[in-house]
Parts: sequence; structure tokens; C-alpha cells
Amino acid sequence: MTLSKLTKPWEAMSYGFIDGSAKREMRRKMLKAVAVPGCQMPYASREVPMARGWGTGGLQVSLTLVKPTTRVKVIDQGADDSVNAASIRRFIASVAGTPTTLDTLEADLIQSRHRIPEEIMCEDQILVLQVPNPEPLRGVQPNMSIARQMHADADYGRMWLQLYEQIVRSGRVMQGASYPSLVHGRHVMTPSPIPRWDVPKLHMSRHLTILSAGREKRIFAVPPFTRVEPLVFDDVPYQVEDHAGLTCYRSGAKGFFMNEIPQDDGSSVYEVSDSEWGVKAIRAKDGEDVIQGETWYKDGEMPQ
Amino acid sequence: MTLTLDAPRIITTKPLLRIENVSKSYGDVRAVRNVSAHAFPGEVLGIVGESGSGKSTLLRIMNLEELPEEGTYHLDMDNTPEAYSGNLFEMDRFARRMLCATRIGIVYQNPHLGLLMKHSSSGNVAERLLVAGERSFANLRAKAKDALDASEFPLERMDAPPAQLSGGMQQRVQLAKAIALEPALLLLDEPTTGLDVSVQALVLDTLKRLQQDRQITMVIVSHDLGVIRTLADRVMVMRRGEVVETGLSDQIFQDPQHPYTQQLVHAKL
Repeated sequence: MTLSKLTKPWEAMSYGFIDGSAKREMRRKMLKAVAVPGCQMPYASREVPMARGWGTGGLQVSLTLVKPTTRVKVIDQGADDSVNAASIRRFIASVAGTPTTLDTLEADLIQSRHRIPEEIMCEDQILVLQVPNPEPLRGVQPNMSIARQMHADADYGRMWLQLYEQIVRSGRVMQGASYPSLVHGRHVMTPSPIPRWDVPKLHMSRHLTILSAGREKRIFAVPPFTRVEPLVFDDVPYQVEDHAGLTCYRSGAKGFFMNEIPQDDGSSVYEVSDSEWGVKAIRAKDGEDVIQGETWYKDGEMPQ
Repeated sequence: MTLTLDAPRIITTKPLLRIENVSKSYGDVRAVRNVSAHAFPGEVLGIVGESGSGKSTLLRIMNLEELPEEGTYHLDMDNTPEAYSGNLFEMDRFARRMLCATRIGIVYQNPHLGLLMKHSSSGNVAERLLVAGERSFANLRAKAKDALDASEFPLERMDAPPAQLSGGMQQRVQLAKAIALEPALLLLDEPTTGLDVSVQALVLDTLKRLQQDRQITMVIVSHDLGVIRTLADRVMVMRRGEVVETGLSDQIFQDPQHPYTQQLVHAKL
């Protein structure tokens, strides 16, 4: 008996890498997540050829949703050209045969780690956010069984306590990313580690957002036109990062979320975090005919 | 000479707390057997007994942390909401939680059970207010300060975490947390155990003053008869999960009827 006789003959893998039963489960869980906005749904979380914690949750959602005509965009901290984003984009394209794009306006599905693009997404687009820790209560309740009971009871007092402690200790809310937000007036979710700048973009947005944590095996969603309200005290308003007055040193774009690049002399320069938006701004400056979509922020302010 | 007599006063006050025929077992062990108890508004009910007599279990039942196998529990508060008017053991978990969060305060023997040790002391008090729906930072600060002040906590340390405080201070933070929402019922589980005698006296003074100022109904559990004698108006003696004697504090301490109570009262090291 030889190894080749014991081995199954080669056959093509399932479309989009994930097997059919896993996709069915993912679809069921996504539908449930859309039906109860912000509520975490458990799922099996299959193995994908990538280490847990590198976007396996987002990847499973993307692989379940794509079809050969889906144009896929993948970003990591706003950048299309980071190693992680490029690897995921190529992987999806190779196992699903999908066309890829860097343009937010062209994409049907955007998988993102830690940012929401600056251009407004529309009804026929889906945003898939990679989530490292889906449980907003973990910091205040380490026992997950009790945390689930707290979700069931909408017992979120301790989330405000976290903010209270930050104000008492530092004079202001220090929560930089994963800002706890109330979805549809019922469930508090962590909107993945997107900056505070991006949280208002989820409020009453036209696109569907699916958030998936592969390692923690949880999926939740913000359907289109759903309220997403960051937790705030009545007398301490929500504040986004103070980037309104910063200018991108490459593109000249102003009023968007920036990456700080420290310089040798101790100073800093800034570049726009959404790399494709920066590229568009440069091309427009150079006189090219570029379609720049409407942005969520106008002159560094989010219109109400 | 005409003799005039005051008309006898008829006490019509209904008990605020009414527990009837409560039994609770853990496996084969019957921790509480067929216990009934009541406490009138503004009264301090003391529960004494040796370790394992079921007094702390009974207190946890009163705090709705434990549900008994049988029995009824009624709280007759001012403006009792409809949801809390029946047998409290039959309420759903959410209603029980809201009742405990807003109308019942508890001070545990072990501050680790009642406090978040790494959060600030004021934050611990604020947590209770937050559960009740307070969402103004300024109001939270002001109300936490008031409650800590009422429990004679040094306000310059109001933002220190309980982990950095002494046992007596931790008990004051627990007390402030318990009274922050002006509860109808305050439960005290061995509040001075583990404290040295001088701190014990200070905590007892605070409790006494609070009771006099605010007329809070209290149930205090202790194996320390001195503590019970200082605070309680009425005393309930428990042994092996059963009530063996109930009476006014002076009556129990001066003229105990049950042999076990006599043994307790006369016990000396």
C-alpha cells in the first residue's frame, strides 16, 4: 500500500475556499446579526490559511459573500498597500476569482481593519470589519457568562463607569478606539478598533456593516439606516480626534483622519490615513480626471 | 380629682419587609428551614447565631441573590411600583435586578464582594447611580460625594481605589454605595467583622446616625452580640437554619427564653 493509493484524488476546492456548510452557517448567522443589530452571534469560525488575529473573521465573511463579479477592496488601517491588506485581497481574488479595486466608490465589498473609508458608502456596498475583541463588557466583566446576562438585561451601567473613571483620572474620555456604542437603542457593541473619528460614520449609514471576530467566534452587524450612538454622559459630549486642522503633507488633503509621522527633529508631519483618498487627492491636484466621492466629513466636521 | 388617661395608641404600621416560610437547601444541607421574619419601617432587625446557622443565607435571600425553594417575600415600600407588589421571589430576573439595584442596599462582610477594588471609591458609588439610570457626570459626582460624606468617608480620598484603603474605609465606601439611592431596605452582613475595636465603634456610630437621620429599615446579621445590642431594636436568634427565638433587643439580652439564646448571651471566653 502506498501513500498515493491512500490519498484522495485531487479535486478543486470549494468556491471561495470555505466549504458549503460553513457558508450556510455564516449566512444564517449574518441574517440573525442583521435581524438583531449589534447583538453578537456565535459561529464556528473555520480554519483559513491565515493566523487567528490577522483578520480571519472578516475573511470568512468576505469569502462567504463574494461571487465572481464582486469587486473587492481590502484595507488595513486605511491603507490598501499594507502587507496584510494586499495578502487578503490577493487570496480572495485567487480563491474566488473576484476582481479587486482600490477605489471605495467602485467596490462592492470592503474588508477593513480598523478604519472606515472617508468616502460615503452607498446602499449596495458592504463593509466587513475585522474585530479582535467583540465583547465591549470584557473590560468591566471578565466572566463572559455574566456579560451575556448583562447584554440580555441591557445592563450597561458599568460601561459608563469606565468612562466616568477615565474622566476622573485624566480629565477627559480616554477611549481612543473601540468606542462602546449603542446600536438601535438596545445592544452595546464595540465597533472594532476604529478610531472615534469613524464611529459617527456608522450612524444611519446607507451601507451594511458586518463585524466579525474569527478568534472569538462572534459576528454582529449594523444594518443600513440604523442608529449607532456612542455612549456619552449628558453633560460630556462625544468628541472625535482633533484632526480637523491637519493637512496631509503628500496630498494636501485637509480635514480627514491622519497618520502622524514623527520626524528626526522631533516634529511631526501628517498623511491622510485613507491611502486611496490621498492618491485621489494627488491625482486631482495633478489635473487628472478623478471621481472623488462625497465624504462623511466636510472641512473636518461631520454634518449632523 | 379626675384621672385622665391617654387613649391607647394602636400601632397600625404594616411591616416593610415580610418573609414567610422560607426554606433553602444546598444539596443535602438545609441552610434555612421554614423561616419567617418581618421588619417595620425604620426598624433595625438583628439576626444572630453561630457560624452556619443560616443567617447570611437568609440575608442573601432578602437581597434576592438567592432564591429559596419555598416561601414568600414582600416589601411594602412607599409608592410601591406594581411590578414589586407581589411575591418578590416570583419576579423575573430583570425586575429582581432592578429592585436590588434601586431599593435594597447591602454591605458585605468582605468588601471584595461589594466593591470594584480597582475603580475609584466615588466610581463605586457612581456605579449604583448609573444602574438606576443617572447619566449626568456632574450629578454623579455630586451624589457620590454626598453619599460618601454621609458615611463619613474623607472626601479628599474619594477618587482613591478601595484597594488602597483600610478595611474601615472600605466598609464606608460600601455603605455609601448602599445608601446612594436612599434604599427602602439596608442589609448589613457582619459589617464590622475583621475591623479593630476602635474602627468598629466608628462604623457602628455611623450606622446608628444614618439610621436615626434617614429612618432606613435595616437588617443586620452578626455573630457579635455587642454589635447587635448596639444597633438592633428587635433580635432574631437562628440555629441550624431555624429561628429559635425572636424578641425586642432588651428582652432577648436581659431575659432570654430559649436555652440556646441563654447560652449565646451568657457565653464568655
